[in-house]
Amino acid sequence: MHLGRTARITLRIGAGLGFAVIYVPLLLVLVNSLNPDRSASWPPPGLTLHWWSVAAHNSGARAALWVSVKAGLGATAIALVLGTLIAFAVARHRFFGRDTVSFVVVLPIALPGIVTGIALNSAFGTVLAPLGVGLGLFTVIVGHATFCIVVVFNNVVARLRRTASSYEEAAMDLGATTFRAFADVTFPLVRSALLAGGLLAFALSFDEIVVTTFTAGPGIETLPIWIFGNMTRPQQAPVVNVVAAVLVLLSVVPIYVAQRLSADTATSSRV
Amino acid sequence: MTTDAPTAAGRGTVRRLAGALHRMPRLRLTLLLTAPLLWLTVLYLGSLAVLFVSAFWTTDSFTSQVVKVWSTDNFHALFTTPVFRQVVLRSVGVALAVTVLCAVIAFPVAFYTARVARPRWRPLLVVAILTPLWASYLVKVYAWRLILSEGGVADWMLAPLGLSGPGYGLPATVLTLTYLWLPYMILPVHTALEQLPANLLDASADLGARAGRTFRSVVLPMVLPSVAAGSVFTFSLSLGDYITVQIVGGKTQLIGNLVYSNIELNLPMAAALGTVPVAVIVLYLLAIRRTGALNSL
Repeated sequence: MHLGRTARITLRIGAGLGFAVIYVPLLLVLVNSLNPDRSASWPPPGLTLHWWSVAAHNSGARAALWVSVKAGLGATAIALVLGTLIAFAVARHRFFGRDTVSFVVVLPIALPGIVTGIALNSAFGTVLAPLGVGLGLFTVIVGHATFCIVVVFNNVVARLRRTASSYEEAAMDLGATTFRAFADVTFPLVRSALLAGGLLAFALSFDEIVVTTFTAGPGIETLPIWIFGNMTRPQQAPVVNVVAAVLVLLSVVPIYVAQRLSADTATSSRV
Repeated sequence: MTTDAPTAAGRGTVRRLAGALHRMPRLRLTLLLTAPLLWLTVLYLGSLAVLFVSAFWTTDSFTSQVVKVWSTDNFHALFTTPVFRQVVLRSVGVALAVTVLCAVIAFPVAFYTARVARPRWRPLLVVAILTPLWASYLVKVYAWRLILSEGGVADWMLAPLGLSGPGYGLPATVLTLTYLWLPYMILPVHTALEQLPANLLDASADLGARAGRTFRSVVLPMVLPSVAAGSVFTFSLSLGDYITVQIVGGKTQLIGNLVYSNIELNLPMAAALGTVPVAVIVLYLLAIRRTGALNSL
């Protein structure tokens, strides 16, 4: 489309404003973590790294971080197995109800988290509680895995659709068993998609707050739950600022690695 | 390496098993699907089913115990209580406002990244949009809490004009939700604009259309399904949210907050309230299916 000079300039300004809207709040979080003042008034009276060292020794935040890492690893492991299995079924087989299967995979993330949360909460309460299994880290992992399956599924299914099954057939023609063909041919083809999917699943679990609220037992506090609980406490404000800043910096990592691993996979969307 | 060398008998078994799997695709499919489908249908759909059934139960007002007797009292209350109706309308209004704002902001950004920026820069710009998508939800809300706080950036910026920021409340909620879901709108619009064939635009120009006319008659109709696809996220994520409202919403109540505040005291009522966003989202999806947007999700 031929755009006039004015149109181009207007678009540049519009896009520039859009990018500013995206980035300025995140930059503010970084700057605010260096604010010596406890209040969030702007502009900050100076800059200090004092709160960073205070935050590094905060036992509550550290404990919550470890719970988040454990929950993320557990959920990612389950999601990797289940998501990959469905991806192979959907991409390599035709069967009745295939579209329904893809729909059910997406559902846990398409419905509001609070609905998923109370559904799991009441199910755990009525089924697991009589068996003596209370809410705890285990139920958090189960809840997170349910909506992490979709990102693994998306990544692996995208890769499988792009790689023809003829490679596997060739391996088997050459005498490889099904397992051998999988280990030597199929697995290397999907490996990076698995890594990207796993990484995004971990990031998703790490960030989840609503489902966690309803599936965590007393005493199980993930990092988002910790931040949420401390956000409105003036006493904790400086430490929350630092934890938030750390999370902004860390969020660059998964997207960068996932982009490097697989340019073609569904890093962009949660569905 | 005597330990990993399988015995001849063992190798034979593996070979037979592999052969069987190869010959019977149905068996292979069953093995692939059993575990994930058990997980998703029994655990997830089962939980949802229990939740929706419990919407028809009631709570004894004296003992706070759930009474498992079928009744439509909760839904009756839902439709007749003015507060509920207000909150539902407000929630849908917020979700629509967020969607419209996202679309309005997304368009120039996506148009720039897809068609105006130098081709070399385009992938980088897309990454620049993606990165904040993966920044923590809570941190993004927190950022807006800082901006909108008393004496925060918003007040500081508006002070020279003699104004003050909106503070915490309904406008803050709409603003923050728009910020949260903006990337979900920019990305599909960017993809659609990128795939727009250049010769269509040339043809339009050859036929004498100016940029504005080309935009209205060629670009917009072709990009609209993607806007609709993006709106599925902006709409449904806004409708179910209650954390953002709690952090920057002041006294604002949305449907998510109602569900949340009823969970402890009256789970059946919470379940009935929870069916509202689900029903609205399903209706929204059905309405949007006409545009063909769901195929581009």
